[in-house]
Amino acid sequence: MTGATIAPAGPDHRATFRAATFADVLRSEWTKLRSVRSTFWALTVTVVLGVGLGAVISAAAAHGYARSSVSGKLSWDPTAVSLDGIGIATLAIAVLGVLCVSSEYSSGMIRTSLIAVPKRGRVLAAKSLVFAGVTFVVGEVTSFAAFFVGQALISGHAPHAALGDPGVARAVAGAGLALTALAVLSVAAGALLRQPAAAIAAMIAVLFVLPAIAQALPDSWRNPVTEFWPTLAVGDLTSVHHSAHTLQAWPGFGVMCLFVAIVYAIAWTLLDRRDA
Amino acid sequence: MIEAHGLVKRYGSAMAVNDLSFSVRPGMVTGFLGPNGAGKTTTMRMILGLDAPTQGSVTVGGRSYRDLPAPMREVGALLDAKALQGGRRARDHLLCLAQSNGIPRSRVDEVLRTAGLEDVARRRAKGFSLGMSQRLGIASALLGDPAVLIFDEPVNGLDPDGIHWVRTLMRALAAEGRTVLVSSHLMSEMALTADHLLVIGKGRLIADTSVDEFVRSSSRQLVHVRSSQAAELAAFCREAGATVTSAGTGPDVIEITGMDSAEVGRLAAAHGIALSELIPVRASLEEAFMELTRDSVEYQAAGAPR
Repeated sequence: MTGATIAPAGPDHRATFRAATFADVLRSEWTKLRSVRSTFWALTVTVVLGVGLGAVISAAAAHGYARSSVSGKLSWDPTAVSLDGIGIATLAIAVLGVLCVSSEYSSGMIRTSLIAVPKRGRVLAAKSLVFAGVTFVVGEVTSFAAFFVGQALISGHAPHAALGDPGVARAVAGAGLALTALAVLSVAAGALLRQPAAAIAAMIAVLFVLPAIAQALPDSWRNPVTEFWPTLAVGDLTSVHHSAHTLQAWPGFGVMCLFVAIVYAIAWTLLDRRDA
Repeated sequence: MIEAHGLVKRYGSAMAVNDLSFSVRPGMVTGFLGPNGAGKTTTMRMILGLDAPTQGSVTVGGRSYRDLPAPMREVGALLDAKALQGGRRARDHLLCLAQSNGIPRSRVDEVLRTAGLEDVARRRAKGFSLGMSQRLGIASALLGDPAVLIFDEPVNGLDPDGIHWVRTLMRALAAEGRTVLVSSHLMSEMALTADHLLVIGKGRLIADTSVDEFVRSSSRQLVHVRSSQAAELAAFCREAGATVTSAGTGPDVIEITGMDSAEVGRLAAAHGIALSELIPVRASLEEAFMELTRDSVEYQAAGAPR
């Protein structure tokens, strides 16, 4: 039937095959990610929103520059303006990252996956790594494209930036990097909360709702939030102009990475302990 | 070889599996039988490392499942045919599973052929019927050419053709020397497929026996008799060592166990008792199973006839 003779499972049988490796699990997760349509659509939305919205914002901001106040002109950051569209595109990455794991829970696929790879940490690590890798590539392409399109639209109406200007290359590359950190966070959130709706809601809360609430708070409360809230702190990496009550570029990114590491560690521990 | 030692699984105060010890041997099909809610699936989930036992341990080939170096090469499992992502093509589903255990790509096409799924290999699994999903699940269990196979209710939802295919496959896998554990809540199904039976009810092991032995020991035979002299006949039968019970349908009907119908007939003739009915009744395997698990059925319709 299967054309094989079978020795009873045991040391002898085990000598006939090699142990599964982390590289095997990476390959498997890559196949999983590329073989569902939602991946293609979410990444397309990321690029289109990141570049398209960035272009619209850049054009509008450039036209408004002449009429803006002195302080507005002082804080004019053409690099950050051209990367603004990516702020909305993060939502597509967050949703896709959450779904990477939580759709396995909602469909029951997670049981099949964990029977295939019972060393559960490997599954989470491979998923995060594969999705982070894909997001990094797409994120860098998006941010560089958004930057060049944005500067082309700004030039002639307002001061524009060049990649060689101080801090600009860091900010543009940083936008892709920030997106990558967010990718890992959303995979971890999906593993932690397991239900797609709950995990997506949590990501929206972390990304948009809590920062918006902070805006309504008095300064003494708002300033530490805008300084240290991870998804806001990571924004410091993507701007050239340094505004008050924010961290420097790399410390800001560090805060985000620390937050991701904590959420990831909790997700890892629970994945290992909970019944699947 | 699967070996369980004192397995216990508690969910809060509910005891799903209670001190279960057994071994499943190679070269035969072992039926894992019990009413719904008896703990079959929970036990299988513990074997496969999905659930951690509250107490006790279970090993496959001498190791706990989570310690297997390449699990799919040693154990093939089908727990739930619908446990897959519908947006993925059948072939990609099998491919990602194969890759996770370093199983070559060529093996994917082999199991697709074995399961008769070549024509739908490029279709997305959400369009699959339950029968096709079962075939896909069985195909994934066969990917690693494993020595141990575990199937949870594999014939559920299959058409007669599919049921026949699964039965033949199980028999063939066992004949190749593999360990095959198949759960079912249908005794009749197990009677056709299994060599050995593990019967559980309310999380406890009720019987660990060969199918032949089970049939022999539990097929209760009784003789149904109707006669106007039933009381007299009953006395003679008791004298001869048989057990007589009233069938409850009237004073002229009795049921005799411990004698076969020929003996009852001879006894009646010898004493000049006229019989209007003499019927040998053989309890079916299904009844024997129900008898055995009667006290351990988790969910029973109120007032169900017993």
